[in-house]
Amino acid sequence: MAQLKPTSLSEKSISQNPSGAEYATDRGFKWLARASGVGTIVLLVAVLIVIGAEALPAISKHGLSFLTSAVWAPGRNEFGILAEIWGTLYSSILALIIAGFFGVAISIFLTQDFLPPALAQVFRTIVEMLAAIPSVVYGLWGIFVVIPAIRPVANWLHEYLGFIPLFSTSFGGPGMAPAVIVLAIMVLPTVAAISQDAFRLIPYKVKEAAYGMGTTRWEAILKVMVPTAANGIFASLVLGFGRALGETMALAMIIGNANQISLSLFSPANTLASLLASTFPEAGQIEREALMFAALTLLFITFIVNVAGTIIMSFASKQQTS
Amino acid sequence: MTMTTADFSQAAAAKAVPSMRRSFAEPRNLRSYLLTLSVWLIAIIASVPLFSVLYMLISQGGARLSFDLFTQLPPAGFMPGGGFGNAIIGTLVMVGIGSLISIPIGILGGIYLGAISPDSKLSETVRFVGKVLTGFPSILVGVFVFGALVQAMGTFSALAGGVALAIGMLPTVLLTSEQAIRMVPQRMKDAAVGIGCTTTQTVWKVVLPTALPGIMTGIMLGIASAAGESAPLLFTALFSNFWLESLVEPTASLSILIYNFSGMPFPNQIQLAWSASLVLVLIVLVFNILSRLFGNRKV
Repeated sequence: MAQLKPTSLSEKSISQNPSGAEYATDRGFKWLARASGVGTIVLLVAVLIVIGAEALPAISKHGLSFLTSAVWAPGRNEFGILAEIWGTLYSSILALIIAGFFGVAISIFLTQDFLPPALAQVFRTIVEMLAAIPSVVYGLWGIFVVIPAIRPVANWLHEYLGFIPLFSTSFGGPGMAPAVIVLAIMVLPTVAAISQDAFRLIPYKVKEAAYGMGTTRWEAILKVMVPTAANGIFASLVLGFGRALGETMALAMIIGNANQISLSLFSPANTLASLLASTFPEAGQIEREALMFAALTLLFITFIVNVAGTIIMSFASKQQTS
Repeated sequence: MTMTTADFSQAAAAKAVPSMRRSFAEPRNLRSYLLTLSVWLIAIIASVPLFSVLYMLISQGGARLSFDLFTQLPPAGFMPGGGFGNAIIGTLVMVGIGSLISIPIGILGGIYLGAISPDSKLSETVRFVGKVLTGFPSILVGVFVFGALVQAMGTFSALAGGVALAIGMLPTVLLTSEQAIRMVPQRMKDAAVGIGCTTTQTVWKVVLPTALPGIMTGIMLGIASAAGESAPLLFTALFSNFWLESLVEPTASLSILIYNFSGMPFPNQIQLAWSASLVLVLIVLVFNILSRLFGNRKV
């Protein structure tokens, strides 16, 4: 067969096969990119292995009683983190209830045509900015603004409603209540951002159909939009919960770091992460080993929650887009 | 004129159809109205903390703002004056190290996910790991680097701090790079391949320049969050009251300074903590705004 002649004016075509060197570069670069991807997986595995290995001495020394005892006495070599597990879960659940309520309400407010686009952008930026404030700054703000602000309310609640377990102790400053408030503020952007995405994925015609049936705006939102976005909202709550569980510095500054289990909002408490942050810098060798066990426990809890949240979210977005 | 049957049924229908006018006396309308009112209230309440934080930063932190803050070392106990020059340098150096490590790896990973083999099993796994790492508590990253690096080196160091920040930044850079790269229109890539580009040439000459604003958004966001990070530094860089002299010694950072000073009973230290917070938030905001500027230029 006769070779095809380029028909362009210049004799040489602009397209040509890559040279050997170009092939080699290509292969090298692809390998490098692949290695970076694999590196991410290796990193996660390494994190799991290293923290596990660090915790091993304490696991063999203390065993399961570490998880069921609420004593932290480095002087007597007795360590247990039941109080911290309780504090972590209790503070995160309470914060999630507040942040979930506000976050979902705000995502409805920002996605369901309540506002002209420019104003919606202002509110969206405000909520996103909440995520940009560093944890330590929230801690400082918690000490000097939140604690004084809730003191009168807390005193009143304790005085008149002290028979309710939530208000059963007097308010001494750092404790569960300020920690929960600050934690809720820190989790709010996560919940709001992911739920907004869930609402935005719903095709507009779904709402039009609801309006066509004669619903009011809120009947359309509550009976059609929210159920349609339910999986995405659920994912936002789970991922927000994961955030709350691992939040460290702000809590270390305002939760009071007391090793006790109490239902009361006004008594000091502790979480796994803030135990690590507040104890680690000055800890001796044996206490450090015990802290590594606490870190492994935190890793275990947050890992499960995060994996669950990620799976629910990809499931939700697949379901909504299909 | 007599009424036709059509006219008659129309009149009957008009009588049967309820008024289309909305009345607030009707419970469902009233409820709708109240709910709208309450979401407005909720949104306004949710904005209060941000403004309260900003007000405190400006009034408390701004009161002490002076040149000395940037040139002097943290004061001891009862000492007056002082600053946090070493902490600013420490934060910048560690964020720099973190960026040097995480940006190349993150972008390369993003290229792999977005342009080289988007649908492979490996990419799915990397994507999943990236998302899980995004929600990973930063304090555990600190514990990991402590076990992997600090113990081996025998000292807390800026280097270890930088590595910890890099791990924190990596998922952000990786996932936003992938997103940006995926936004590059397929026909542009096809055109490049059509004139005989290898995948690498396509990536370097077509994909990366087009995706650059999106990638920069991710980098700026990563830097912003790394600058405000504190928990991992507690385990890796710790703190120092002196100027940074080498990368393998304990290093000061703004966030740890705020943490340390916030618990002290001295008004001078508390004031410094507020000023340091103001400086830290300004650094974070600069990168945040940069990310938005890049984001707005996205195609």
